Amino acid sequence: MKLSTLTLVASFAAGTAIAGPVAPADVVFTEDGAVEASLSGAAGDAANGAKVMTTKSLGNCVACHQVTALSEAPFHGNVGPSLDGVGDRWNLAELRGILSNAKMTYEGTVMPAYFVVDGFTRPGNAYTGKAAEGPLDPLLSAQQIEDVIAFLATLKE
Amino acid sequence: MKFKATTAIAALAISLPALALADADDDTLVLNGEIEMVTKTAAPAHLADSLDEVISGWHMRSDETQVMQADDFDNPGMIFVEQAMDDWETEMGTKGKSCASCHGDVEESMKGVRAVYPKWNDNKETVYTMEMQINDCLTNGMGAEAWKKSGAQMARMEALISVQSRGMPMNVAIDGPAEATWELGKELYYTRTGQLDLSCANCHEDNYGNHIRSDHLSQGHTNGFPVYRLKNAKLTTAHGRFKGCVRDTRAETYKPGSDEFIALELYVASRGNGLSVEGPSVRN
Ligand code: HEC
Ligand code: HEC
Repeated sequence: MKLSTLTLVASFAAGTAIAGPVAPADVVFTEDGAVEASLSGAAGDAANGAKVMTTKSLGNCVACHQVTALSEAPFHGNVGPSLDGVGDRWNLAELRGILSNAKMTYEGTVMPAYFVVDGFTRPGNAYTGKAAEGPLDPLLSAQQIEDVIAFLATLKE
Repeated sequence: MKFKATTAIAALAISLPALALADADDDTLVLNGEIEMVTKTAAPAHLADSLDEVISGWHMRSDETQVMQADDFDNPGMIFVEQAMDDWETEMGTKGKSCASCHGDVEESMKGVRAVYPKWNDNKETVYTMEMQINDCLTNGMGAEAWKKSGAQMARMEALISVQSRGMPMNVAIDGPAEATWELGKELYYTRTGQLDLSCANCHEDNYGNHIRSDHLSQGHTNGFPVYRLKNAKLTTAHGRFKGCVRDTRAETYKPGSDEFIALELYVASRGNGLSVEGPSVRN
């Protein structure tokens, strides 16, 4: 994988948007569910994005998605579509929208919203089964989401 | 909101593997070379809008795990059944009675019981789980302490009682006075919980046959409960399993024995009506 060149592409695209960081409640979605502005105000790091996607306690994306480029990580699920070639199907703003709140792109989807902190029923304190204490953190930070979408943009056929 | 053409492509991509895997494998379960188990059958009428066929979780397990359940000598859950047999005959509480004092031979008196629980209890005017009935016998009938809800002693007694119905079709009643509880259970089944915002149906109705990580998703039936889980080498009750599933949505769980889980147990059991009682089944 040629991460270096593609990271450049990603940072160029992010650089064109208004500087963040943005709070989960302030994310602006287009009518199609895309998010134009970088959430963190900084470019994404594709290599770290790959790590977020395969780490169970972070994105855990491979639990539901098969990704050939991440095949060293075990047990890819198939609840969601394969992400191979996803960088051809969606641009960065669209990917950012899908990651931030996939329900804005796919009505009723089972894909978790990674940058939403309210509106949940019986929110818990992570995976303890106990009630959440105080406000929730998003599942991923603004920068982690930028990192993931930088990596996704490298997934071209 | 406008959905893009790509949505249709993505939807197609997921529905294909789902179709291929949804029928699980074609293995058949014959217990001890004797009892033919119904592990796939037409869905009960109340599921007409959502499922055509109900499939036991047995089909989603590996061949090795499946084989373990086919013979009582290989089923690690049967050790607990033997222990419960001792409990059955042990006098407990202030009245000097054992279960056997009132019910005699467990193989006779408990045949068919598991298949119809949870069920409406006329005297108590509420839906009773098997666990509630057992604790009622212990406290009122025997003058003993109630057992811990979903605890080890409770789970193994449920396993002993379940064994007496193996091969019989699950057949819980959902109408009449049980209907309100059933409706509550149904509502809970379709309610998305936790920060992952997932309902029982999202995993067990929309995605059975698919994999979440290494887990091959089943339809989430209770006909195999209590189950012996290889993961922690003990019996797990239905409420114990529900709790784990709700926790995995990053939600605050309900408690074993809570009104919510009683209702959910009735509803989930009714989804499996027609499948053979398998408990104690073997799962990973
Ligand atoms: C619980 C399952 C689940 C998890 C976890 C999950 N997704 Fe998804 N994802 C889906 C589903 C299902 C879809 C398809 C949308 C639909 O139809 O609901 C999807 C769609 C997508 C798409 C669009 C795919 C395409 O082919 O157009 C992208 C990109 C994506 N997910 C990325 C991710 C990333 C990155 C993560 C982790 C940070 C992630 N997903 C975690 C279930 C999941
Ligand atoms: C995030 C996905 C997910 C959600 C949501 C979920 N489950 Fe599960 N459930 C699983 C997995 C994974 C297993 C283990 C594999 C299997 O049997 O499906 C499982 C197993 C089960 C089983 C055991 C089935 C058997 O044959 O051993 C039952 C019963 C069950 N779930 C009921 C429920 C109920 C009721 C709810 C809602 C309160 C629920 N599940 C929500 C993922 C989920």
